[in-house]
Amino acid sequence: MVSLRNHESTGQGEQPRRASAPSAADRWRALPALVRFPLAAAAAFAAVLALTFVTGPTGDLRIGSVGYYMLAIAGLQLLIGYSGQISLGHGAFMFLGAYTMALLVLHQPALPLWLNMLITVVLSCAAGVLVGAATARLHGPYLAGATLALAVGLPSVTVRFPELLGGSNGLAFSTRGAPPALAGVITNTQWQAAAVWLTTLIGLVVLATISAGRLGRRMRALRDDESAAGLAGVPVGRTKVIAFVISAGAGGLAGACQAYLLGTATPSSFTVTLSLSLLAALVLGGLGSMWGAFFGAVALVYVEVWGEDLAHALSLDSNVANNLPIVFFGVLLILVILVWPQGLHGMLRSLAGLVRRGR
Amino acid sequence: MAERPILEVEGLTARYGAVTALNGVSMSVARGGICAVLGANGAGKTTLLRTLSGLKRADAGRILLDGADITRIPAERHVHHGLAHVPEGGGVIVELSVEENLRLGGLWRSGRRDRARRMAEVLELFPPLRERVSRPAATLSGGERQMLALGRALMARPRVLLLDEPSLGLAPLVTRQIMHLLLELRAAQDLTVVLVEQNARSALSITDHGFVLNQGEVVMEDSSRRLLADDRMRHAYLGF
Repeated sequence: MVSLRNHESTGQGEQPRRASAPSAADRWRALPALVRFPLAAAAAFAAVLALTFVTGPTGDLRIGSVGYYMLAIAGLQLLIGYSGQISLGHGAFMFLGAYTMALLVLHQPALPLWLNMLITVVLSCAAGVLVGAATARLHGPYLAGATLALAVGLPSVTVRFPELLGGSNGLAFSTRGAPPALAGVITNTQWQAAAVWLTTLIGLVVLATISAGRLGRRMRALRDDESAAGLAGVPVGRTKVIAFVISAGAGGLAGACQAYLLGTATPSSFTVTLSLSLLAALVLGGLGSMWGAFFGAVALVYVEVWGEDLAHALSLDSNVANNLPIVFFGVLLILVILVWPQGLHGMLRSLAGLVRRGR
Repeated sequence: MAERPILEVEGLTARYGAVTALNGVSMSVARGGICAVLGANGAGKTTLLRTLSGLKRADAGRILLDGADITRIPAERHVHHGLAHVPEGGGVIVELSVEENLRLGGLWRSGRRDRARRMAEVLELFPPLRERVSRPAATLSGGERQMLALGRALMARPRVLLLDEPSLGLAPLVTRQIMHLLLELRAAQDLTVVLVEQNARSALSITDHGFVLNQGEVVMEDSSRRLLADDRMRHAYLGF
């Protein structure tokens, strides 16, 4: 139920206008991206904020999780859906972001949250430059392999430097909650979920603006036909590295949001499974559209929740119960790809098309 | 012959592993001319164009564009130097719209107004594209795609245009239209065209000069009229 409400409300930026009159929808689409995306984001933010008033602390946490996953998946969307490079290692950038956030909070407690986020973005972009430049000549399975190695290898640095990074237990910290002035109005978890969503939406506006603009066009061109794009004057190598850097920045920021939301950064949160889940969620949500990131993130968070609820309701053995969410996600992924290869986003689009023709 | 040729190729050699695709090709193309590169399958025609536009690394030799050495510059810089290459099949980005494809061709131009004006000029040349400007390129017919590929190359206002088999897979009527368009372009745009064609007869009928490649070497070079008249050459290399 929570998911449904969530989904409807975040869609508010666009859906109701489209339904009311085609002319309004057309007018909406005719707005320049620089106006349209921030407006949609503001509407989505208002909706999420409103939603946190009806959900409890657990719901807030889940809403926040949808937020940071969405940011990470949207970054991956830019890389995979637009520029056509596959990364199996985006969990590594989330790891980097989470630990950057944790270390900043622990060692520089005076810094404001927004500055921590900014530092995280800069650092993970820098890491993206290193990795992107090193892998610029790789593509397809070779790039996937190299990034996979990163996801496997990086989290183990925590064990190598236990004093600084807390070993396999990770780092735990507490962040300032809602400002005292708002103490009676919103709870700490609401404040956290809202902060995560604000960060996510700013990130999404940046990603959506990039992908709708000249850079996005270059990326789609080189994904389609690298040599033709080169002949048309697209700097192929540079565009690929830029895509990698932007998407690494989004991944890092998502990791920072996760650490901020959970108050911990542990190596076990950033296993290879996370990287693969992000990719699976992206494909499930739909490649080639920023909406896909939203549907993928919702699926990633709530399929697990429902799986756990069901296992609990059936009082299943813990071995079965632990794997039930994964089974659910796998089945959902297979079904959606079989029926709607364009993912959940494609499914909704074709359903909307049916409704429009039916009228 | 006082004017310097716009494109000069000296001893160009290109290898794929142990296979030598171009073996010391030398040729020069006069400014404002339209020349044909002919030859059988595997003669090295496509490799010649790919090497000229930097998609394939030259193993030896030099390429001069208007006197400037462009042998070692990367493929994407060639349009800045005024050399555009329409690869076989056009290389149209099918999932972008017609307009987006055209913009891609002119995206390195700095002035927004200049880009818009150039786009209008290009659309003027290709009325069928103007009608489909916001449609995805995937919905275009073969001939329209070839037009779009040409239009995208022209967005960069090239001085030299390399065309690889623009008639491939097109109906004879469409081929003729495209060939006529090339003649008009040459006249109107101060353009030099290097045309690679399998279809030697139609290529020679619109070009003024022809090079015949065989096994990576230029075996004959003459005016198109004389090449058409030379029976032995036609039988030996061009198969008609």
